[in-house]
Amino acid sequence: MKNIAVYLGLAILAAACSSTPSKTEAPITEGGKTTGPSTSAGTSTTSPTTQSAIEGNPLHDPNNILSKRSVYFDFDSNAVKDEYRGLIQAHARYMVDHRDARVRIEGNCDERGSREYNLALGQRRAEAVKKIMTVLGASDSRIETISYGEEKPVAMGHDEAAWAKNRRADIKYAGE
Amino acid sequence: MNASRIPVSARALLALAASLVPFLAAAQLTIDITTTGGRQIPIAIAPMAGEEAQPQSVSEVVGADLARTGLFKLVSTAGVNPIPKEPSEVNFPDWAARNAEALVIGKIDPAGEGRVEVRFRLFDVQKQGQLASYSYVVAPQQLRATAHRIADVIYEKLTGDKGVFSTKISYVVKRGTRYELQVADADGFNAQSILASNEPIMSPSWSPDGSRIAYVSFDQKKPMVVVQSLAQGTTKVVANFRGNNSAPAWSPDGRFLAVALSKDGLTQIYRMPAAGGTPQRLTDSSDIDTQPAYSPDGQWIAFTSDRGGSPQIYRMPASGGPAQRLTFEGNYNVGPRYSPDGRFIAFVQRDGGRYRIATLELATGQVQTLTDGTLDDSPSFAPNGKMILYEAQVGGHGQLAAVSGDGRVRQRLTSSAGDVQDPAWGPMPTN
Repeated sequence: MKNIAVYLGLAILAAACSSTPSKTEAPITEGGKTTGPSTSAGTSTTSPTTQSAIEGNPLHDPNNILSKRSVYFDFDSNAVKDEYRGLIQAHARYMVDHRDARVRIEGNCDERGSREYNLALGQRRAEAVKKIMTVLGASDSRIETISYGEEKPVAMGHDEAAWAKNRRADIKYAGE
Repeated sequence: MNASRIPVSARALLALAASLVPFLAAAQLTIDITTTGGRQIPIAIAPMAGEEAQPQSVSEVVGADLARTGLFKLVSTAGVNPIPKEPSEVNFPDWAARNAEALVIGKIDPAGEGRVEVRFRLFDVQKQGQLASYSYVVAPQQLRATAHRIADVIYEKLTGDKGVFSTKISYVVKRGTRYELQVADADGFNAQSILASNEPIMSPSWSPDGSRIAYVSFDQKKPMVVVQSLAQGTTKVVANFRGNNSAPAWSPDGRFLAVALSKDGLTQIYRMPAAGGTPQRLTDSSDIDTQPAYSPDGQWIAFTSDRGGSPQIYRMPASGGPAQRLTFEGNYNVGPRYSPDGRFIAFVQRDGGRYRIATLELATGQVQTLTDGTLDDSPSFAPNGKMILYEAQVGGHGQLAAVSGDGRVRQRLTSSAGDVQDPAWGPMPTN
């Protein structure tokens, strides 16, 4: 499957940047190392943690990629498109840097198909986003993946424009 | 093809409004029927003597029940004078001249202590013989339920199959962001809300004895499986593990729930005590396994899996084990539900972007597409196996519909309440 190749690629990338990608107790400075040149290309708007403490919460700063939370998918697919890689990397790095941060990734589907199967499809979309984050060092135990299936559409129409908005995984931090 | 709308008498509506809190009346389902081909049994149902004094016309409900199946044609009783209420008063040649093959007569008399006695008789017009005679002593408020029992007797006598007029259905009504789980009589009357929430409610599933309903609640902002007692209204969260908890299905003995959990990663099927407890994992794939359904003999669990690259229906032994693929046509066959006799599986089939209800005959592997909607979902067999209740999308809204196992009879249950979705047909009443 294509996805496995994506995960493997990321795993190699992560392994090249950090020898302990799965450790959650990594000090912030070491976590900072994972933002080396090879991964920072797509996440250039990420603020360093010291700066964010002064300027406010980067998770809600519209100029920070961390304020972007939604990953959109093609019909019947849970393949994460390249354009969302930077966004997911930024959140993975935030999780590494903030060891108390807890995340819930919520998968969603468009209205087509069976409700219960869509619930599982949405969960697999959320899981696809989580896998990338954990490969990049975010702690598995601090990321829960759930799904709303087709039950909570943000767009109410019955056409492709609406469906595209509803095929989505949202990254939400605890307390939000 | 003929189409008919079951008349709902003003009296019935008044009785309904008086017996229920007002908002429920708005949730009333009206039922339209379409029948294609096939023979209909012409039956005359005479007004019952004394029923005009009662809060509920029994003969109207009996007639509506029978007509709704698409298997009967109601013969007019207009102009019959006097209306027979005893066998000696029946003029069989008159009914034969009206082309009635069967005739129902009856009467309602006071039985003391505020109760009434309902006596009905069913006749074979051609043979001029009595096929059934029953009497019921009930409170006037139970006349509607009594009418359903009478319809059950008539249906079984004339078709050989058990009637399902005394059963209940459940479904989810969505109005804006308001969700209600409702339980109603099989004819859509007496709708009662047993649960209301501002979060989605999904996948109601009746316990085999009809005393409890398992469903998926999002009250804690994630899907969890809840079992609710209908008599007491008490609820118990039986599955609230990390990730998704969904798709509850009862074992035929009512002891276990098969559920879909994602606590170990992707969605897999587990079995757990219906009262809650430790889940035991039944599937072990690296793909989605969900929508479990027990076979009526308890030996198998059918389910949806995309382990083969597209979602298809499989079955495995009920205690887990090697799975066998059951569907092969098309690239989307999901949501299996066994027929009560275990011979068929109803499921959702995608065909060129349209989602329809189909059946698979297990012995032959033959698939029959039964519906022609665009977004049909959630098939649920009537407990006599004759009709399949499902969710259809009409004008962008969820509506309930039903289709006979041979596809000939179609019912559309229309509600003004909002979206009606996720229907589940309850079991035969236990008494």
